[in-house]
Amino acid sequence: MNLIKIRKFTYTLSILLILASIFALYAYGLKLGIDFTGGAISEIEFNGERPDISKITEKVNVLNFGNAIIQPTGEKGILIRTRDLTEGEHQALLREINSLGVSRELRFDSIGPTIGRELRNRSIWAIGLVLIAIILYIAFVFRKVSKPVSSWFYGIFAVVALFHDILIPLGVFAYLGKFYGAEIDTLFVTAILTVLGFSVHDTIVVYDRVRENLKKQQKGEIFEDTVARSLSQTLTRSINTSLTVLLVLSALYLIGAESTKYFSLTLIIGIIAGTYSSIFIASSLLVTWNNFQNRRS
Amino acid sequence: MFKSRILAIGFLILGLLAGYFDVANLAGKLNAPDFLKVPFSLGLDLQGGTHLTYKADVSQIDSSETSEAMSGLRDVIERRVNFFGVTEPLIQVEKRGDENRLIVELAGIKDINEAINMIGKTPYLEFKVLAPGTNLDELQKKQEAGDQFAILNAFSPTALTGRYIKKATLNTTDRSFEPVVSLQFNDEGRELFAEITKNNIERPVGIFLDGLPISTPIVREEITQGEAQISGNFTVESARELVRNINAGALPVPINLISQQTVGASLGESALLKMLWAGIYGTLAVALFLIIFYRLPGFTAVVALAIYAAVLLMLFKLFPVTLTAAGIAGFILSIGMAVDANVLIFERTKEELRSGKSLALAVEEGFLRAWLSIRDSNVSSLITATILYWFGTSLVKGFALTLGLGILISMFSAITVTRTFLRAIEFKTAGEKSKIVGLLFGGSKA
Repeated sequence: MNLIKIRKFTYTLSILLILASIFALYAYGLKLGIDFTGGAISEIEFNGERPDISKITEKVNVLNFGNAIIQPTGEKGILIRTRDLTEGEHQALLREINSLGVSRELRFDSIGPTIGRELRNRSIWAIGLVLIAIILYIAFVFRKVSKPVSSWFYGIFAVVALFHDILIPLGVFAYLGKFYGAEIDTLFVTAILTVLGFSVHDTIVVYDRVRENLKKQQKGEIFEDTVARSLSQTLTRSINTSLTVLLVLSALYLIGAESTKYFSLTLIIGIIAGTYSSIFIASSLLVTWNNFQNRRS
Repeated sequence: MFKSRILAIGFLILGLLAGYFDVANLAGKLNAPDFLKVPFSLGLDLQGGTHLTYKADVSQIDSSETSEAMSGLRDVIERRVNFFGVTEPLIQVEKRGDENRLIVELAGIKDINEAINMIGKTPYLEFKVLAPGTNLDELQKKQEAGDQFAILNAFSPTALTGRYIKKATLNTTDRSFEPVVSLQFNDEGRELFAEITKNNIERPVGIFLDGLPISTPIVREEITQGEAQISGNFTVESARELVRNINAGALPVPINLISQQTVGASLGESALLKMLWAGIYGTLAVALFLIIFYRLPGFTAVVALAIYAAVLLMLFKLFPVTLTAAGIAGFILSIGMAVDANVLIFERTKEELRSGKSLALAVEEGFLRAWLSIRDSNVSSLITATILYWFGTSLVKGFALTLGLGILISMFSAITVTRTFLRAIEFKTAGEKSKIVGLLFGGSKA
């Protein structure tokens, strides 16, 4: 099976997905969580039946915490989102809620705006650093491969594949944020960075095979065929590895803790995109680039 | 062959011991000796607890003394928290940009509100004086008229605060037996107090607790022996609490709670259980996949994986690594990724078999040739884990640490352990192209 031959189709599919993601990001934007914006979130569970949300809203509004958002969660629970609260305000909130029915607070986060800003900056730094480290690393690992495609392009194409792998989960989360209220938090950033690591890992395995096969290129074999051969040799491995990772991630998503649900979902989407890109994009780009160079010279 | 078998048995024993250690503290029939019963160190999100970030206001302090004041602050809070009976509280000072912060983590605590009150509401004691030229009579009139703000506004701070107090004791007045709090200053405090009293003879000195005046005695003469007495309208209870708090240490600098993350114990417990089950099902699914797809080598990989998981969990206990939900997710993810090295090797082995090599040779070649890919590819995940560890919050750090450790150890287990097992199983008897090889290894047909 020559997977390079179908690159027109696979490029088109990727470009469509990326365009859809960019559209979603442009149209809906990302919904940032309180990790990044500052604010408070309280999860409360009533012992008995949950009172009407409108009644709860009325009680909370008495406290004047600005624009409080109250959502039902589970059977008897509610989530209350407000601006960041002091401990005094937090206790006042609990008193109001308790006046409606006996309840207990499952979790409470209040994050000041300075911390939010700081986390946002740190996340951006971390993503930038990972990307740079990866380009340098790949250029270094493949430094001895320079013909017919320079080692820098291995790094660059791996990073092109990475953008593909990040943009798609970002796009999905723009949709999820708009329609299901999914928020971007520090764990989401962590998941994205993990996807970066994994996806490069996947791409490197294929490139590694290309490197090996280039050394013992068969007579009359052109670059395109070498890449295709390398790809089909590593295909089972790529799919099997992604499958095992997806198996554990599905377990995490389906039965893991609530706090890591969206985290595992991000990883699942990213890893599917990453596997696709390392099979169909990263290697095909080597061939496209090589053909382009040949035509020019 | 003999050496491999000894080694293989060694690995198995290591795995069993590690596994025993992992579960030693589970109640029941294990009957493990006490020194083995080391619990896992669970994060706040799994056992319930609170993570508090305070911002310290060091504007009143000389910048050269900041770090000293901050470590003093940490000691004071630590004493107070210990008073509260929290097991292993984490209290640390952190500098971010030009902000000085204090992080307090209290695990497994029931009444978080009370703890927060205890930490934050503790006495910030200040001695204030009237601005020169203030009309005393006028002030008194305003005070009698109930104008509290008049007092607040009339007094201005001095350098003397609670951090210069050596000791507080509870006394009663000689005549009326009302409770009073006696303060003893340290050397610096004595000098400051002497100066303040000298400059304010026949004028009031304001003693403020948490920004509110509790007593405004009139100074009769300069006080040089470094002692003062506060006679507010104390009840015995409130006087005793004040004494206790001052002795635990007054806060050297005021603090302000800027972030709080609290997880109730019940939510933590259910999260832990869910993660446990996710781990078990995830691992079972991977094991099943490996055995179905790679048969005998797959089985050895599963044994290696089990040893890997047991050893890693043992390390988590020994270090100890604090396990958060994200940390456990990192561990579970590393199980999935650990398999990658084995998959690479087995795929390579199959290829070598197809190209007509003998089984033993194919296995060795498989390991040899896959190594480069394994090394190169894992380094990229390690780079990510390292950067995450450096930049992350405590939540992210937990994930980065378990993932990073997992990747490192899995490389060892996938390569060394699996290879030892495969070497230990003799292939010679099973003829090179026999049906058994095909059955055990799959895909060996040329």
